[in-house]
Amino acid sequence: MKTPQELKTIATQVRRDILRMTTAAKSGHPGGSLGTADWMTAMYFSLMRHDPKNFTMDGRDQDMLFVSQGHITPVIYSVMARVGYFPVNELGTFRKFGTRLQGHPSTAHNLPGIRMASGSLGQGLSVGIGAALGKKMTGDSHLVYTLHGDGELQEGQIWEAVMFAGAKGVDNLIATIDYNRQQIDGRTDQVMDLGDLKAKFESFKWRVVVIKNGNDMLQVLDGMSQARAMSGQCAPVVVILTTEMGYGVDFMQGINKYHGSVLSDEDLPKALAQIGETELGDY
Amino acid sequence: MKTYENQKSKELRAGFGEGLLEAGRQNTDVVALTADVCGSVKMDSFAKEFPDRLVQCGIAEANMVGIAAGLSLCGKIPFLGGFAEFVTGRVYDQIRQVVAYSNKNVKICGSHAGISLGEDGATHQTMEDIGLMKGLPNMTVLVPCDFNQARLATLAAAKFNGPVYLRLGRSKMPNFTSENDEFVIGKAQILNEGKDVTLFACGHLVWEALEAAKALETEGISAEVINIHTIKPLDKQAIIASARKTRAVVTCEEHLFNGGLGDSVAQVLAMHCPTPMEYVAVDDRFGESGTPDEMLTNYGLRAVNIVEKVHAVLNRKQA
Repeated sequence: MKTPQELKTIATQVRRDILRMTTAAKSGHPGGSLGTADWMTAMYFSLMRHDPKNFTMDGRDQDMLFVSQGHITPVIYSVMARVGYFPVNELGTFRKFGTRLQGHPSTAHNLPGIRMASGSLGQGLSVGIGAALGKKMTGDSHLVYTLHGDGELQEGQIWEAVMFAGAKGVDNLIATIDYNRQQIDGRTDQVMDLGDLKAKFESFKWRVVVIKNGNDMLQVLDGMSQARAMSGQCAPVVVILTTEMGYGVDFMQGINKYHGSVLSDEDLPKALAQIGETELGDY
Repeated sequence: MKTYENQKSKELRAGFGEGLLEAGRQNTDVVALTADVCGSVKMDSFAKEFPDRLVQCGIAEANMVGIAAGLSLCGKIPFLGGFAEFVTGRVYDQIRQVVAYSNKNVKICGSHAGISLGEDGATHQTMEDIGLMKGLPNMTVLVPCDFNQARLATLAAAKFNGPVYLRLGRSKMPNFTSENDEFVIGKAQILNEGKDVTLFACGHLVWEALEAAKALETEGISAEVINIHTIKPLDKQAIIASARKTRAVVTCEEHLFNGGLGDSVAQVLAMHCPTPMEYVAVDDRFGESGTPDEMLTNYGLRAVNIVEKVHAVLNRKQA
């Protein structure tokens, strides 16, 4: 089990990977990736029960995670590589022709750790529900996690799935909302106000955990452990994870432009200097 | 010519229902999902016998597709059923992302397909679904021709590993194939051998093609009738062999010209053996309300229309 300090170090290295991958690819989505780096690190290195060296598509006897906002592949791939699903040096192939590290997650290139294509927004919660039902039908007591962007909640299918999971009491499912309040065209409250998410989920019979600072490793570990403890009680659980898009680099933080814009070759060293180096080393 | 008797008109969706129940008995991994149309798509006997294996999704087809894909991950064989328009056109992107691109073992079963749906009108009468589904890489597209074949196609889909679209009609139609036929995905079924013209047909139009062949025989025209129950993967060899033999082709389907069986056949002929060809299909228009009989007749999908197209193609062949 990693200590919180070790997890923080990994998250720092993941942030370096995210920026280096996206600038090298001259494309990709660094903002949401930086914002969820702490959560993703906590999940893969501490909270989830999984076996990176023996990936199986059916995920039998393992926890599963579906990242519904597939555009945050930089953080997904960095964390998955560093936890052992595939070689870290493969991160250098991100978005390049012939890579297994497609712009959005794909099962068509045999990358261990990916079970479903995502990126067309609003679909991952439905998939997670299906996997959760599958686990119940096959007597597998492990959990299914999903991660969603907050802007993604504007998709209607999300609410079909929220209604289903609440009505049917899918209690081996924990959804997390990356509540960074930013989307491509601006702030979520300007583009399409999300309203009171906690009240919305509760009205659909979900149990809600709020993590006030999703960029604080201790709060993430505590909140997700709490969510896990609430599973198995006839209701799905949602975690509202408050984060900052672009967290870790002052000139990126909270700026929605970095949803899908990458740093220039000139800006990259400045950002990396702010993040700092780790003993894990760059890919 | 070889004759076929209508044993008793039955709905193709009912053949699907029987097939699903049998598949469920054969394999405990078979599960069913529906969006508030369990009875309409004839999943009710499966639901009654296996209540724990029926996922009622409410009126939410997009969510249903995602749930089916998730279930397939855990080794389940999900059959999702609904009205053909609402489990194809309405959820095209969901199918594209989490079924076809992700290559999951999900069976999409669309009942009420085609214009013979009748009174419900054009909102529900999809004639674009074959084109939508066959355009997706990894997708297998099955269009059985009658009740017996719908049952066999369902059983074959359950044994096949990969995404399948199964197209089914709502109305009672002649049931004329044998319940003991072998149904092989991707293998065309030669119903009658002929030498002057080939009728490639699918779905409800296979019976009309047989009726047309009977009428043509009285004129001294020998028509080969081939049931293309699998639009994709297409049995190219069977198509090429028959076209080389007869040198004239008519395709027959309850679908738009664009994207249907005819287009698939035309592509094969253009590349391998250019042959005069005519379409019996609906030309770029929506349907309307009416009885199933009225619809097929008024939209030119009857044996008599096939005969007309045969005359036309034979004129071109001679020229």
